[in-house]
Amino acid sequence: MDMNEKFPIVQLITGDGRRTGAISENITIEKAKRFYQHMVFSRLFDRKAVNLQRQGRIGTYAPFEGQEASQIGSALAMEDGDWMFPTYRDHAATAAFGHSLKNIFLYWKGCIEGCVPPKGKHIFPPSVPIASQILHATGTAWAEQKKGTDRVSIVYFGDGATSEGDFHEGLNFSSVFNIPVVFFNQNNGYAISVPLERQMKTKTIAQKALAYDIPGVRVDGNDVFAVYDETIKAVERARSGGGPTLIEAVTWRYGAHTTTDEPSKYRDQSESKRRRENEDPITRVERFLEHEGAWDSNWAENVHEEAEQKLDEAVIEMEKTIKSDESLMFDHVFGTDVWPVQEQKHRFFYEGSEKG
Amino acid sequence: MSTAVNTKKLTIVQAITDALREMLAEDESVLVLGEDVGKNGGVFRATDGLFEQFGDDRVIDTPLAESGLIGSSIGLAMNGFKPVVEIQFLGFIYPGFNQLITHATRIRTRTQSRYTVPLTVRAPYGSGVRAPEIHSDSTEALFTHIPGLKVVVPSNPYDAKGLLISSIKDPDPVLFLEPMKIYRAGKEDVPTESYSVPLGKASVKRTGDDVSIFAWGAMVRVAEKAAEEASKNGMHCDVIDLRTLYPLDKDAIAESVQKTGRAIIVHEAPSTGGVSNDVIEIINDTSFLFMRAPIKKVTGYDTPVPLFTLEDDYAPDEKKIYRAIEEVTRF
Repeated sequence: MDMNEKFPIVQLITGDGRRTGAISENITIEKAKRFYQHMVFSRLFDRKAVNLQRQGRIGTYAPFEGQEASQIGSALAMEDGDWMFPTYRDHAATAAFGHSLKNIFLYWKGCIEGCVPPKGKHIFPPSVPIASQILHATGTAWAEQKKGTDRVSIVYFGDGATSEGDFHEGLNFSSVFNIPVVFFNQNNGYAISVPLERQMKTKTIAQKALAYDIPGVRVDGNDVFAVYDETIKAVERARSGGGPTLIEAVTWRYGAHTTTDEPSKYRDQSESKRRRENEDPITRVERFLEHEGAWDSNWAENVHEEAEQKLDEAVIEMEKTIKSDESLMFDHVFGTDVWPVQEQKHRFFYEGSEKG
Repeated sequence: MSTAVNTKKLTIVQAITDALREMLAEDESVLVLGEDVGKNGGVFRATDGLFEQFGDDRVIDTPLAESGLIGSSIGLAMNGFKPVVEIQFLGFIYPGFNQLITHATRIRTRTQSRYTVPLTVRAPYGSGVRAPEIHSDSTEALFTHIPGLKVVVPSNPYDAKGLLISSIKDPDPVLFLEPMKIYRAGKEDVPTESYSVPLGKASVKRTGDDVSIFAWGAMVRVAEKAAEEASKNGMHCDVIDLRTLYPLDKDAIAESVQKTGRAIIVHEAPSTGGVSNDVIEIINDTSFLFMRAPIKKVTGYDTPVPLFTLEDDYAPDEKKIYRAIEEVTRF
């Protein structure tokens, strides 16, 4: 069977902003505006972060420009009390889910306190070891199931992560125990420089759900309506005891893996240009609003201005911290006093030679 | 032990089952997870009867995947549960090593204690039972090197129960190593009620003024026998069961060597990078001027644990320890 046919890419709005004819209650002007606001904010955040890195004001950064619809559409489908497990490229998702902007910036500035989410928000620090966070989403959601709540976990990971054992172990555990998790894959075509066809022979990532007998769906990751719609379905299924879902959001990162690499070395960047012109997630909503007669350029200008202002404020807040308090290095290794750590801390602070 | 305390005669493995039963009964957030821990009661029967008593929701057979087991238990631990994971043999833990070193032990630091991982990982370890390949590893030093992880090793039934209860109650991840050679090496009186043996505290098994011998797990009894033999020839040894390998009991180590001035550390694990080196560091830091002889190590070799026809040649035995006692005494 042709897996491209079995797992067609779900699309609600085409690249030029027209309805595909698929019916969804989520295609509304109100939602379009909300999505647009979040996506514009995310893109400006991402560009701001890249600039801050270039200026040496934060460290190495992993940009996501081009993937805004995947992250915003999925994050807005989640509710307070749910759990979110991002990678290092998912700040659009974590910000939309309520993370502190200052903290997101602080993390990239090399301050561990940037990992701490606002109270009441279950947002995990970006996971660096690829696919490892998939199991934590599985475990926290398993705990919710055991407590008898209707809360769920969403976990983000890329195409490369599907080669890791933890991806398969997480899907398998969730499948066996019917755990309420949304496995949200952003297939952006490349794991740093390695293209999808070197990562897998399968034509889709969604089809890997077949091996675990769980629903798998492939969605246009640049169509925020489709992403939102499919994530809502997966979340509702999980909340109502229907178990996990694997979502493959097919997208593209326009830029580099991180600020330390140059994508033109391993791929033709004209593809990024083409996709930006034809499939961009933000332009798509703009065109949609135009077709629907709801585009208001003054409103859009305000959206941009408000975003810039919010970002500037967050950067000012971030820059009030020059470096983390040194005690943070020692104080949260254990919940009890453990003498080697206590002694080393004492040496660092009071015995002169180490802190100088 | 007070005579008022009810006791029963248990082996180490039975004492472990007893601790698990106490904790499952006492605290609803405690879960037992692993491969074959359910109906089968564990490959060493350490979870025998728990499935029948507490059911599939609390005593959970998982798919055969150590990373999945430890990783998903991290999630359970971060969200209100106290999972006790059984790894069938320490040599099988390596697929889950990444979850321990990059997540279980860092989440408290990374989230500045917003999220914590009260996770206990149990694993039988060590050689001496004629087991197949990879079933006899003593790689405890790989784990004491991980910041954020406590490593605990009982050597007798009483400690096994009390230390496991402390490990499960500890707010942070604990690796609980079970010396499989002495799992059933004899029964001892163990209180029927719940009790704790504190983590980070060594236990003096025998006292003597001439040499301090530090050991853990199955090596404690071997060291005791060697010390017994040495005492017949006028060389009297402290035998200290370290019980917790991270954090080590610095005071107990210092107190003993400041009395004897001589030290021997015994472990099954390879010499290079062994926990013995951390004991030596403590002696250097606390007691350098008390020492009357170079510190000796009696350890396994820097080789993979051999298949079982050679395992008795590999591990420290009474004779090797006796020779070390003679060497440091005559120095």
